[in-house]
Amino acid sequence: MKTTALLSTAALTICLSLGLGGCKEDRLTVKQTGYRGLGMVQINETAALDAITARNQPPDPIDPVEKSGTPSSQVYQNVKVLGDLDSNELMRLMTAITQWVAPEQGCNYCHNPENLASDDLYTKVVARRMIQMTQHINADWTKHVDGVGVTCYTCHRGHPVPANLWFSNSVAEAHGFFGYSPDAKNHPGSLIGLASLQNDPFTKLLDYSQEIRVIGNTALPQEPERPSIKQTELTYGLMMHISKALGVNCTFCHNSRSFFAWDQSTPQRATAWYGIRMVRDLNHNFLEPLKASFPPERLGAGGDVPKINCATCHQGESKPLNGASMIKDFPELAVVGK
Amino acid sequence: MAMLNFEKKYRVRGGTLIGGDLFDFWVGPFFVGFFGVTTIFFATIGTALIIYGASLGPTWNIWQISIAPPDLSYGLALAPLKEGGLWQIITMCALGAFISWGLREVEICRKLGIGLHVPFAFSVAIFAYATLVVFRPLALGAWGHGFPYGIISHLDWVSNVGYQYLHFHYNPAHMIAVSFFFTTTFALALHGGVILSAINPGRGEAVKTPEIENAFFRDVMGYSIGTIGIHRLGLFLSLSAGFWSAVCIIISGPLWTHGWPEWWGWWLNLPIWR
Repeated sequence: MKTTALLSTAALTICLSLGLGGCKEDRLTVKQTGYRGLGMVQINETAALDAITARNQPPDPIDPVEKSGTPSSQVYQNVKVLGDLDSNELMRLMTAITQWVAPEQGCNYCHNPENLASDDLYTKVVARRMIQMTQHINADWTKHVDGVGVTCYTCHRGHPVPANLWFSNSVAEAHGFFGYSPDAKNHPGSLIGLASLQNDPFTKLLDYSQEIRVIGNTALPQEPERPSIKQTELTYGLMMHISKALGVNCTFCHNSRSFFAWDQSTPQRATAWYGIRMVRDLNHNFLEPLKASFPPERLGAGGDVPKINCATCHQGESKPLNGASMIKDFPELAVVGK
Repeated sequence: MAMLNFEKKYRVRGGTLIGGDLFDFWVGPFFVGFFGVTTIFFATIGTALIIYGASLGPTWNIWQISIAPPDLSYGLALAPLKEGGLWQIITMCALGAFISWGLREVEICRKLGIGLHVPFAFSVAIFAYATLVVFRPLALGAWGHGFPYGIISHLDWVSNVGYQYLHFHYNPAHMIAVSFFFTTTFALALHGGVILSAINPGRGEAVKTPEIENAFFRDVMGYSIGTIGIHRLGLFLSLSAGFWSAVCIIISGPLWTHGWPEWWGWWLNLPIWR
């Protein structure tokens, strides 16, 4: 009796393992990124990966046009950024932007149909600055976007307002009750993988340049600048966000035996490092200066402009839009215009 | 070798599971048995292979020696000896030695006519080990998911595998396991405290009886589990800790591939507060 029970338990265990193993081939996609046995591995459900790939298809290519030979500044008025671009190619880019950003609303989302040159609509002012931002990213942040680049579509995906933006949580935090503010901390945060860390790591780390690193450069004790647990959880929250935004786990960039050591990290960590600096730069120098241009309904509860984080472009993939090159057909977006 | 006066009572023939009387003898104070022989066989080969593996590696620093499993690309196949094959054979030796030892414990229990509590307890530890290096690798389709054999390197593995799920403290089975580990130590501290107090009375006082121990806990928390009960509870708590540890790792990967905090979505979506 006892033997039977023992044998059947063993058989059940083995069958269960083999059963899971049997369906693994189709069900899971596993990728080793570190030395064998180190545990640096990405494990994903194949179906989930396929869904993400399907959701992140690059936009339809837009045919090249024959050059008119005339720069757009001589054909159109009030062309401040793309004046040197051939006038036919400007039309092509405008058509592309419509498809990328406002396919339903059309040209009139940004342009006054009575006078296309006027800056009456705030969307046109913002769009101009965003074109400059795109050029700045492609020209000056090659360490993050090299070889692939970004266009409006990388973030917008056919929507006038990109799906993944963030606002400061300062209002929620200020309304806390004796240090407890459910919207700000101690509560699952949707932008940080539902962890109950501080929900807004972005204001301090992606807008203001607070130090992200919390591991000291020296052995203990680390006086006087010993980072607090609060700071550490802020960093953890940001890292949770990056993981979710890129659809990867921590070991994509880090060997967790030593999070800070660059010589034990993967090359992707360097790309991410530049990405963080890029996001700070864009939030500070492109989005925040637009505060006066945005109507109130576009601003957050604290009156701040919508800002970007990693998810704004990445949307669940380590290489946005399945790694498709975005700027090869639009070289005008890869140089800083006047 | 001199025999303790009560040893004669224990040195009885029979009770073996396999091999009949062949290995039913003692070497000094140690019972041998068929499984004693297999234990020595597997343990010797396994240890020798670990030393051989260390000799192939870059260091003799005891902390840094590591015998790593194969690359994931080998799947469930055998790998070349120096590319993880050693790890595979050492794993077989380890399981052979652990299971042999457990069965030797069974034989000793049968000789003594006692319950199988000790081998059962040890089998939970074997189960936890097998979960890490056999069941989970099988479920994920590659031996390379096992942990490397090294003092520091296996800790690196633990850390990285935890961070594969972003925040392992949100793993519900990990929560249960950790709670059992802490409860085990807490119970042991309470039990040890009361026993040491009872048997080390003040000078001139008599050693206290279990009634005193019972009275103490009835005073403190209204209930005393009793002298046998505390040992049953201790066994339950400690084995539960090991069992739920095995559960928390076998579900990580085979059954859940996202960050563990996200698993709690069902809780956040309960209709009462959604």
